[in-house]
Formats: sequence, C-alpha cells, structure tokens
Amino acid sequence: MKTNTFFRHGLTHLFIIALGVFMIYPVAWMIISSFKPNNMIFSDPGLIPTTLTIENYITGWQGYAGTTFGRFFTNSLLMCVVAIIGNVISCSMAAYAFSRLSFSGRKVWFAIMMLTLMLPGHVTLVPRYILFNTFGWVGSYLPILVPKFLATDAFFVFLLVQFMRSLPKEIEEAAIIDGCGKIGVYWRIIVPLASPALVTTALFTFLWTWDDFFNHLLYLTRPDTFTVSRALRTFVGDAGAVSNWGGALAMSTLSIIPAFILFFSLQKYFVQGISTTGIKG
Amino acid sequence: MTTFEQLQPQTNEGFFARIMSGVIRSFKRNAVAYLFLAPWLIGFIALTLYPMGYSLALSFTDYDFTQPDSTQWIGLGNYVKMFGSVVGLSEFTAPSGEVMRVDPYYMKSLSVTFTYVFVSVPLKLIFALGVAMLLNQRLRGVPFYRAVYYIPTLLGGSVAIAVLWRKLFEKDGLINGFLGVLGFTDLPGWITNPNYALWTLILLTVWQFGSSMIIFLAGLKQIPQEYYEAASVDGASKVRQFFSITIPLLSPVILFNLVIQIIGAFQAFTQAYIIGGGRGGVLNSTLFYTLHLYIQGWTYHEMGYASAMAWVLLLIIGLITAIVFRSSSWWVSYGVGE
Repeated sequence: MKTNTFFRHGLTHLFIIALGVFMIYPVAWMIISSFKPNNMIFSDPGLIPTTLTIENYITGWQGYAGTTFGRFFTNSLLMCVVAIIGNVISCSMAAYAFSRLSFSGRKVWFAIMMLTLMLPGHVTLVPRYILFNTFGWVGSYLPILVPKFLATDAFFVFLLVQFMRSLPKEIEEAAIIDGCGKIGVYWRIIVPLASPALVTTALFTFLWTWDDFFNHLLYLTRPDTFTVSRALRTFVGDAGAVSNWGGALAMSTLSIIPAFILFFSLQKYFVQGISTTGIKG
Repeated sequence: MTTFEQLQPQTNEGFFARIMSGVIRSFKRNAVAYLFLAPWLIGFIALTLYPMGYSLALSFTDYDFTQPDSTQWIGLGNYVKMFGSVVGLSEFTAPSGEVMRVDPYYMKSLSVTFTYVFVSVPLKLIFALGVAMLLNQRLRGVPFYRAVYYIPTLLGGSVAIAVLWRKLFEKDGLINGFLGVLGFTDLPGWITNPNYALWTLILLTVWQFGSSMIIFLAGLKQIPQEYYEAASVDGASKVRQFFSITIPLLSPVILFNLVIQIIGAFQAFTQAYIIGGGRGGVLNSTLFYTLHLYIQGWTYHEMGYASAMAWVLLLIIGLITAIVFRSSSWWVSYGVGE
C-alpha cells in the first residue's frame, strides 16, 4: 500500500514536471536562442547551443532610429514608477472613501465604479484621443500617466476596497478618540495597514504598464520617447517580416527580466491579488 | 402660559440649531469623503462618462480626425457600413447625401473574434481547471509548480512573447523544427497560412491559463474533503465525484472566470497586432475586432466609424455577459441547500 502511494505520487510529480517543462519550453528556448548566432536560431529546437555569442545583444541594443534600448528601458522604468505613484495614491483614496466613510451617494458611486470594471476601454478611446490631442499631449507620456492619478484602473480600487473592508473598525475608532481626523486615519492607519494590498497594486501596475502596448502605440510618436514594448514592435516589419531575429529575441529576453524578478520575489502578493479580485491575465 | 411662550422660541431655536449643526456635520462628513473620492470622480466624469457620450455622438457622424471641420451627421450610416454586407449591400446613401461604402472586412473581423473567444475561453478554462485539480493534491512543491505554470501568464501579454510566437510558428520555426525531428515534412508556415494563423493565437491564449488556474485552486480548497470521502464510501467513481461534487461546488468560480475571460478575450489586441505585423494577417485571418477598430480609427482616421464599432463591441460584450449570467441560474449552485 505504502509503496503504491509512493509510486503514484512519483508519477504525479513526473507528470506535473513534464507538463511544466512543455509549458516553459518556448520561454527557455527564447532565452537560449538569444545567445545563438543569428543563422543558428532557425529551426534548431535544441536547448543546448553549440556556439555562444553575445552578438545579438550588441546588435539588438542599437535599437531603432538612432535610439538605443538603454533609452527605451529608462523610459519604461520612469513611466512605471510614475504610474505606480499615481495608482497607489488615487486608488487608495477612492477605496478609503468607499470602504470606510459614509456619505450620500456612496452606494450609487460604488455601483458605477464596479460597472466601469466591465467596460471595454474602446468606447472611450476616440474621445480620449481627441481630448488629449487638443491638450497637445499626444506624443508625450501624459495621456498614459494622467489617468493613473485619476484612479481609472477600477480593478485596483476594487482590490483595495476588499482589503480595507476587512480591517477592524476598532483601530479607527481608537484613533478618532485620540483626536485623529479622517485624513489622519487614512494616512496613519489605513494606508500602513493596507500595505500588502498596496504592494499588490504597485506590482500589477508595474507589469501592466510595462507590458502595455496599445496605449504606447497610440500616444508615443517619437522614437526617443518609445518604451520597451513599443520599441520591440520595431523589430517586426510591416508585413510581419523580421530581419534581425537574434536582436529581437535578445531584447525580448531582456524585457521580461523585471517581471521575473518581481514575480519570484513577491509571489505571495501575486496570489493574493489574483485570488481576491480575479485580476485578468 | 408665560413659561410656554418663553419655551417655544427656545425649542425652535434649539431645533433649528440642531438641524443646522446636523447639516453642517453631514456637509463636513460628505466634504471629507468627496475629497477622497475626488480623483476617481474627476477621472470618471472626464475620462469615462464624457468620452462615452462623446463617442456615442461621434458614432452617428463621419468624423475624420484629419478634417474635423467637414464632419456631418450621417444617422445610422456607420452602423449600415458595418452590417450592410449581411444583406449584400455594397454602397448606400447616408441621410447627409453622402455615398458610403459598406465595410467589406467588418463581418470578417466579427467572425474571427467570435471564433477566437468561443474557442479560446472554454479551452483555457478546461486547461486551468485540469491543472488546478492536478495541483490540488497533498504533494510537496505545489507552490513551486504553481509558480512555474503561472510564468506564461506573467509574460504572455507582452510584445516579447508575441514576437517569440511569430518565430515559433514560422515555416522554419521551432514547432516545425520539432515536427521535422519527428519525421514530418512539407509543413506549413502556421502564422502565414490563413487556415492556421488564428489557431496559433488561440494556442497563445490557452497557454496563459495561470490566473484562472489560481482562482480555481482557491475555489477547490474551499470544497470540504469529507464530501469526497463520503462519496467514496458510497462507491461513487472519480468521474462521478467530479461531476456531482467538484463541478457544482465550483460553479460560482467557473461563472466568475468565464465572465472575466470572455470580457478580456473580446478586447484582445497586442498579440494579433504583432503577429499580423500591424495588420490582420494573411487574408485577414487574424483581423481581431479591436485591431480592425484601430486600423479604421488610426490608420484611416475614420474615428466616427471607430466609435460606432466600439459601441457595437460594448453591446456585444454586454449582451453575452447578460446571457451568461442569465444561464447561470440553471448551472451555478450557491450552497448545497438548494
């Protein structure tokens, strides 16, 4: 009986691992291939390269229209940092109001906020573009970053509301007796206590801003303002042909490093974020 | 009497003062709350509510981004432009007197998107549930496995993976390299063949089953182990247990995943854009709805038409979500008592 269980468990492990390897294979292949000479990337399904080279990283780094990937990475990073600041501030403020304050119209606004969760962004796309264009913002980061300061990512408001609701009422009451106002409660009590959910917010804001392509395609027009995701697109020609596969794979590999680092260092926040709100992906 | 007359204004004053202080207090309370709500409220009005009204209005015009001054009301012209091909129309005259051409690719983009959504979403959920059940065992290393299975989801939405996918499914790509090792010859370029291109995108979506898997895993953990034990004692097979215990008890989670994934799938864009090289691929075989909308609005500057397309998308998503919720009354069970 015991050996039977042992055997069965062993088989399950083997199956899970085999399926896992199959799942991860494309990514592993991309990383390995980025170190292969350009002419060997083609139809070499193996993972062990016969010749190693960093040539692809050198050619890929050249970037597009005279702008190197150093600039693209800096642009992406800066954009993500500002987006995180915006989302953390604006979404936590809205979530605090929805979860801890009572005011007229709360239920209606909350219902509207939940509805915007399901709203496809395309219905606001054209007017937003026209609006940002009249402001002269097209070509800058403002159309991407200003909405972050206006809590337009309802997902995070919802996530934070869920979290803040679960905080005990007593802490807040004690603080009010001690003479703390609503603003003080928010800043000194709710924000520190909600920090796990704020980390989740920051994490997903980073990933979504880093990986976002559509908004970058719409609003970033000059190569020196391109982000990594916008710049990677320049490897693919208009008909879909790619001339420098090695460079494309090398820069693609570099572009996924931040996500990897964040994922493996902050894994529990991922699981929390996904299972409390069902964040899409 | 005197005491009453003396009291009367006093009570009135007290009453009035109480009302006033109540009003002030509620005003203060509301003011503080709305102060916190302000960023979201401004964002909602300026970036959601107003644009929605604006785009609805634009959808009845021939607004062209490059020549906004010549905008005309064309009534339902844009909507006829979308669906006119269904009744064999190719040209028509809008109420403004303008002769308009029916969009020959709209119905194609609709069918591509519907195929994509209704194939990829069920496959993704089945896969996610299968893996979640596999990981919902008392095994060592489950957190690690869960992390590994989540990696495709973590990276899948990026341009990097879309570029990689092109490479994998090209004529001389990795997939054909593998199949070649297995002895297959004369293999097609999957991406460049209109019969298979959409399927590579479906595969890419199913590959990213990680979020649904994590949600299923959380749901599976809620099912009491005793149910399975009792069913085993009664002689129920594993299959029977799956359909009589797991599926009913998990049905709210399935509904949730289904809705989230359908809404998301209708809006898929990046992968189709990159893999099609900014267009709809060979013979528009991967012309997703949102990609078509983007091309109409930003390549051809037909932003009135793009707005109309966006509103139809909203209606489609709303309708399908409503149908799914309606249907849930006969397949989703909340609690055993029902």
